[in-house]
Amino acid sequence: MSELAPQTPDPALTLASPPKWRERGMSLAIFLILLGTWWAVTNLGSVPAYVVPKPQDVARWLWVGFTAPLSHPTSLWYHTGVTMWEAFLGFVIGSVLGIVMGFGLARWETAERVLYPYVVAFQALPKVAIAPLFVVWFGFGIEGKVLIVVIITFFPLLVNSIAGYHAVEPERIDLARVCGASEFQTFWHIILPSAAPFIFAGLHMAAVISLLGAIVGEFVGARAGLGLLLLQYNNAMQMGGVFAILIVLGALGFILNYAMQKLEAWLSY
Amino acid sequence: MSAPLIEVKDLTKIYPSRDGNGTLALDRVSFDVKEGEFISIVGRSGCGKSTLLKILSGLLDHTRGDVTLKGRPIDGPDEEIGVVFQSPVLLPWRTVTQNVLFPNQIRRNLTPEIRARAKTLLETVGLGEFGDKYPRELSGGMQQRAGIVRALVQNPALLLMDEPFGALDAMTREQMNLEVLRIWSQSKKTVIFVTHSIVESVFLSDRVFVMTPRPGRLAEIIDIDLPRPRTLDMINSDAFGRFTGRIRTLLDSEGDLGG
Ligand SMILES: Nc1ncnc2c1ncn2[C@@H]1O[C@H](COP(=O)(O)OP(=O)(O)OP(=O)(O)O)[C@@H](O)[C@H]1O
Ligand SMILES: [Mg+2]
Repeated sequence: MSELAPQTPDPALTLASPPKWRERGMSLAIFLILLGTWWAVTNLGSVPAYVVPKPQDVARWLWVGFTAPLSHPTSLWYHTGVTMWEAFLGFVIGSVLGIVMGFGLARWETAERVLYPYVVAFQALPKVAIAPLFVVWFGFGIEGKVLIVVIITFFPLLVNSIAGYHAVEPERIDLARVCGASEFQTFWHIILPSAAPFIFAGLHMAAVISLLGAIVGEFVGARAGLGLLLLQYNNAMQMGGVFAILIVLGALGFILNYAMQKLEAWLSY
Repeated sequence: MSAPLIEVKDLTKIYPSRDGNGTLALDRVSFDVKEGEFISIVGRSGCGKSTLLKILSGLLDHTRGDVTLKGRPIDGPDEEIGVVFQSPVLLPWRTVTQNVLFPNQIRRNLTPEIRARAKTLLETVGLGEFGDKYPRELSGGMQQRAGIVRALVQNPALLLMDEPFGALDAMTREQMNLEVLRIWSQSKKTVIFVTHSIVESVFLSDRVFVMTPRPGRLAEIIDIDLPRPRTLDMINSDAFGRFTGRIRTLLDSEGDLGG
């Protein structure tokens, strides 16, 4: 028996992930089939370009958009930058406010009981409906858009921070107290890390919807941004441009989602 | 004769309730514990064992009576008291070593001596090679041992354990009992150990406190004068059986309890 023992490491002892190439290959195949169908329908069929543009046209729109100088009114880099900046600012401010207020409310039970009905009522309101009001209040600059993103990203973090705070095992609090921990130490060493999975779930959701908030804000009234450009192309029936922007938005959403997943996996225990 | 380490006199604990009557969890409980003693507390569910331990560990206020450690009233967590919880309560984002050093980090006394002590203690409980592992990589029994080490690192005079092995299987539990006895006889700490198991209480202790519920009372204190060191085959001896029989009778007079 022992003479026959292989010299290589026992595969049963090595933690291996299942091969991914097969799934990757199938995903790619589906993508190519969709692209092929799109090409065939628009090039060989009779679908007019003002309904569905040809893929090669969309590719040209993307190329032209991304190679145009930043100062040019159709520069995709510029408008993407504006939209991302609104989404990012709003996301950071909204998340920080949500986390701080969430922990604050959870810590002071009376405050939570007094204010929670307002939270619920406000959360049930479709927040994008406030967007037109913000145009009146803040005009066409980025302030109103940032504020919409702040409001829609605030709630997932508020609600998740409250839930995370209450989900901390009471034994962990007892442990901190037995060690003579101050309130701040208990928060920093026990409550915050215990609630981290809840906060990450909230951040993940907020990151994705921050883009939505920025676009909706731009639809309602803006001087720049992908939402504005999309609306202009749509009104001019330039479907190639519309599709190009949709692809940019899809890619942005995908990247955000992926980045949050990686961040979550990296920071989780 | 030296003064007792712990003195509890007429300790009463009433949990407030909505109906205004309150729950009488402990009713005039009195006892002394000498330094170096091993005490077990047995009793049916709801008789106030955890309540008593929480008061001793300074986590819970009492309603009436006196509780003192070395003559000082216990009115909050104390460095001299180590607590082992029913579940290991290890923090999953810290390694075993970081978990074990947690109390010292909080108290800001992470000296090289403390680190060395933690290392030695982990080795004595067979976790020497697991210091850099995370709790999820340990079995239930190993996690509980890490929890005991955490309570021991600060070298407390008194160790309070609330059903620390309740979640373990019978064989691991026996091993852990021997482990606790070994640590206890080496370090000469005072231990108060809550358990549901009558056999465990007799096997470990110098004295067994038998509690009865509704209201929670200390019904009797039984001296276990079995010789030390205790060995597992003593469990089958007649003397051992007389102690367990006596405790079972006391508990049965209040209802039924396995053990
Ligand atoms: N936080 C609390 N609020 C109100 N009543 C409580 C509270 N904790 C315990 N009690 C009551 O006090 C009594 C004693 O509870 P305790 O937890 O001390 O029992 P125990 O002996 O530890 O039981 P077990 O063996 O099940 O752990 C019970 O009647 C219980 O309902
Ligand atoms: Mg209990």
